[in-house]
Amino acid sequence: MADKKAPRGTLGKVLRHVRRYTPLLLLSLLLTAVAVFFSLYIPILVGNAIDVMIGEGQVDLAVVGEMLTKVAVSALLSALATWLYSMMNNRITFLVVRDLRNEAFSHIERLPLSYIDSHPHGDIVSRVIADADQFADGLLLGFSRFFSGALTILGTLIFMLTIQPIVALVVVVLTPLSLFVARFIASRTYAMFRAQSEARAEQTALIDEVIGTGKLIRAFGMEDETLDAFDKTNEKLQQTSLRAIFFSSLTNPSTRFINSVVYAGVALAGAVVVISSGGIAMSVGGLSSFLSYANQYTKPFNEISGVISELQNALACAARLFALIEETPEQSDRENASLPAARGEVTLSHVDFSYVPEKPLIRDLSLAVAAGKRIAIVGPTGCGKTTLINLLMRFYDVRGGSIAVDGKDIRTVTRHSLRENYGMVLQDTWLRYGTVRENIAMGKPEATDAEIEQAARAAHAHSFISRLPQGYHTVIGEDGGSLSQGQKQLLCIARVMLCLPPMLILDEATSSIDTRTELRIQKAFALMMQGRTSFIVAHRLSTIREADTILVMKDGNVIEQGSHEELLARGGFYEKLYNSQFAVT
Amino acid sequence: MKKLFGFLREYKKESILGPLFKLCEALLELFVPLVVAAIVDTGIEKGDTPYVVRMALLLVLLGFVGLGFSITAQYFAARASVGFVARLRHALLAHIGKLSYTELDTLGGATMITRMTSDMNQVQTGLNLTLRLLLRSPFVVFGAMVMAYFVEPQTAIIFGLTILVLSVVVFGIMLLCMPLYKKVQARLDGVLRLVRENLGGARVIRAFGREEAEKETFAENNDGLTVVQRRVGRLSALLNPLTFVIINAAIIWLMHMGALKVEHGLLTQGAVIALYNYMSQILVELIKLADLIITMTKSVACGKRIAAVLEIPLDPVSGSDIPVLEDGEPAVRLDHASFTYRGAAGEAVSDVSFTAMPGETIGIIGGTGSGKSSLVSLIYRAYPTSAGTVEVYGQNVATYSLDALRNEIGLVPQKAQLFRGSIRDNLRVGKKDATEEEMWAALENACAADFVKEKDGGLDYHLEANGRNLSGGQRQRLTIARALVRRPRILILDDSASALDYATDAALRRHLRALDYHPTVFIVTQRTSSIMQADRIIVMDEGHAVGIGRHEELLASCPVYREIYASQYKKEEKTNG
Repeated sequence: MADKKAPRGTLGKVLRHVRRYTPLLLLSLLLTAVAVFFSLYIPILVGNAIDVMIGEGQVDLAVVGEMLTKVAVSALLSALATWLYSMMNNRITFLVVRDLRNEAFSHIERLPLSYIDSHPHGDIVSRVIADADQFADGLLLGFSRFFSGALTILGTLIFMLTIQPIVALVVVVLTPLSLFVARFIASRTYAMFRAQSEARAEQTALIDEVIGTGKLIRAFGMEDETLDAFDKTNEKLQQTSLRAIFFSSLTNPSTRFINSVVYAGVALAGAVVVISSGGIAMSVGGLSSFLSYANQYTKPFNEISGVISELQNALACAARLFALIEETPEQSDRENASLPAARGEVTLSHVDFSYVPEKPLIRDLSLAVAAGKRIAIVGPTGCGKTTLINLLMRFYDVRGGSIAVDGKDIRTVTRHSLRENYGMVLQDTWLRYGTVRENIAMGKPEATDAEIEQAARAAHAHSFISRLPQGYHTVIGEDGGSLSQGQKQLLCIARVMLCLPPMLILDEATSSIDTRTELRIQKAFALMMQGRTSFIVAHRLSTIREADTILVMKDGNVIEQGSHEELLARGGFYEKLYNSQFAVT
Repeated sequence: MKKLFGFLREYKKESILGPLFKLCEALLELFVPLVVAAIVDTGIEKGDTPYVVRMALLLVLLGFVGLGFSITAQYFAARASVGFVARLRHALLAHIGKLSYTELDTLGGATMITRMTSDMNQVQTGLNLTLRLLLRSPFVVFGAMVMAYFVEPQTAIIFGLTILVLSVVVFGIMLLCMPLYKKVQARLDGVLRLVRENLGGARVIRAFGREEAEKETFAENNDGLTVVQRRVGRLSALLNPLTFVIINAAIIWLMHMGALKVEHGLLTQGAVIALYNYMSQILVELIKLADLIITMTKSVACGKRIAAVLEIPLDPVSGSDIPVLEDGEPAVRLDHASFTYRGAAGEAVSDVSFTAMPGETIGIIGGTGSGKSSLVSLIYRAYPTSAGTVEVYGQNVATYSLDALRNEIGLVPQKAQLFRGSIRDNLRVGKKDATEEEMWAALENACAADFVKEKDGGLDYHLEANGRNLSGGQRQRLTIARALVRRPRILILDDSASALDYATDAALRRHLRALDYHPTVFIVTQRTSSIMQADRIIVMDEGHAVGIGRHEELLASCPVYREIYASQYKKEEKTNG
């Protein structure tokens, strides 16, 4: 691991996020001081009370009463202050983590598709969920213990210095040793906690995949293999966790040991001072209260050192969360450069594109689509049809050349306004956990019930929706639950039917829908497509034939374009493709 | 919850030794005051500096031995808690892997992921802390009480009562917090679900320009989580000040009683100091214990969530092997089979009967949502029938071991899912020990060999999760190859040629017909062209089999089939002409 220590930057970033709550933090600090003061004051009050209980008949009950009343008041004040500052720390911690999660999520919405496509989703999920959680735990612990610990140290130090400065000096000199040890261990555990976080993320990625493909795994009876793969990550996580937890838990015993050395040092120095001065520089009673203060003084050191190791975990997690937040987002849009409702004229000029620079995919693609035209894209699978859609929708930016809508380079308008002009239905249906209504109204949440039903009817989804237990209010599970693939597609189509944007992209939108329904939907689409520029990827020839222009793609290039008749007459790749499809049935 | 403790059995040694060593350390701490007393009484009294030095060294030694005990204890605690949770994770995933399709439909992925991750982490932290402080804290608390009893028996009532009140407060807060912690985790499920959805649905969300709305939804859910977290935080924040107040009330009572007793000569000043010290000891220990209890409550709540999944009963998986078929027996036979999804309003499959002889090709066609996929899922026992029977190779499917049954079946699901890993890894999902030749043969038959050859590294080409770096058609062909590589006796293609062009689809069917092991093939499809040559076609409509027969027979007898055919035939004729 390259970085053994927490990068300084992470702490700074954490502090920047806490800064918003500075007044609250200061108030919490003040209350902590109050709580610590009163809790340290109680032993003195009790000591005063004990001082007047000298023996039989020699007890000053009035003083005892007074002292005990003060104890009661101090205890209540200290408890109240503790309660208040704990709540404030709670508030600060949870709000900071909430802000971080929101920030991370907002960032996800702005991450380029290339990042989302190439990173295991489980890893990202792990950062937003587990890492944020661990960070919160560490931060909360840090807040509650660090202040009170530091203040207790300060308080007792003052008390000790007033009793015997020389012996107090022994304590002052020796105690930082424990902080040094704590730091020493902590700086080494950071790398371990980081490794733990990484192992955890790796495992989450696997879990995410296994749970996403649960049925497939069952169908192929590969539960055991999956479990074997999981066990590998599990073992790794177990090892890294054990190391991180064990080594970080060394801090406490080690500093406690240092403390007992300090304690022994105080006992020795104190006893020597008492003996050599004949009890003048320090009395036996003084030594005993000194020792108890030494004890009180070192305890918070323990706690603080414990916090330091916890913080390593928190920082390791925070670093991963920040790494996500700082991932380069999509180039931001030019402001106020929105594309108005488009006529639908699409021009591609000399477009170059590849997912990986070494492997060019689309080279020098030029194409002019007049407004309202229907474009069918055909070609063998893997020829770059989906890539073209990625570019049209600006999920990916072209590497060379340009794409323009109504003469405007799409990079000069906001993505939002560009995409608003497209209605897109992909072969990979995507539905979310929610009601049928919510899923349809995705692009137009303010739609009325009537509009939604109309869209569902147009998509021929109404009849199956009305057979669901709660109709449009039936909650469908994650990724569509037990709906059939075709039904999911119908819902995705209804979603677009509701919005009616000026341009359409249909990528195998009806592949799982039966042909009778498809015919009817096609009619609805045809109605929709009137005057709308549409890009259609399909295998069904009727759709292709009726297109104004057919783009024949092969290996990332448009090798032929023209109408069905033109292309057939040309006797090129299209003709071959066409004939091969009808030669065999 | 009991179920969970079973997993700790393997770490019995560690879970006993850990707290025990911690106890030893606590015992050692009790010697410290004695040594200090010796320094004061003998060393200072006699002015014996060498003795003081020796005693000081003894203190260091005690500390050192304590260090040893403590490190050992920490090690055992860490080992037990980490190991326990690793086992538990394994067990939970194994259990999830065996859940029935119905349970998978209803549970949802997000909550299972939080249970596998966040909940597990909490349990680990909780167990680790518990093992460290389990014996120590009660030992110190009750030890102090016993010592107080020896100093002055009458004060024992103060100690006893204090401990009682403290227990009530501690357990009361625990009980109140428990359901809230469960709620926190449930909210976390929701937050996790949104993150997952927004990653998986990034294209659709962006296409609809929903980013801002998604952010709002997320912020709302995140706020909801924060609200519950803070609520439970407020409640658990009471624990510390409450114990502080109770202990100080006890101290006041103790001092008052002490003062009276001293006045009457029943107690010495020193004894009052000792009693006070014992009460303070309890206080210090309780503050530590309060942290432990909050963590414990959290982990118990999380543990319960894990246990809840572990307690979902599994389908019976054991059973017999698939026999060799005798001549003339059908490979698959459905007898008045019906099936309803959990929570659905009506039957997905209603009273379907048919037989499929070995080597036959059965086409299944019908409208969207007519029950085609549900019908074939009964064959590989994804769901149990609610009425009627499904027989494979002469026996009810329910009597086979699930592994045996699924080993004989090659399934190509509707959704083309692939795993992150090489193409080779993905093919070996179909057959663990598949050879290169077997894999290439399967790829050839699935019309996938050409594009695999073109990929960098061929079979070693790395696929992203879900095969995101392949086109839809390529994914589908790989899933077909995956099913073929095991040379199944029954092959089920669940609308798995939808992303293939007609030419590839036709070539694929030609290859399937020529397979030398003659599997019984079920083809679920939308295209009549895919099944025109099938030995039998089952026409599904709203869960019912409305027609069974060959293409020509159905054209004559089945209006639904005729309509489907017409919808495509017309089209093709048009394109032809």
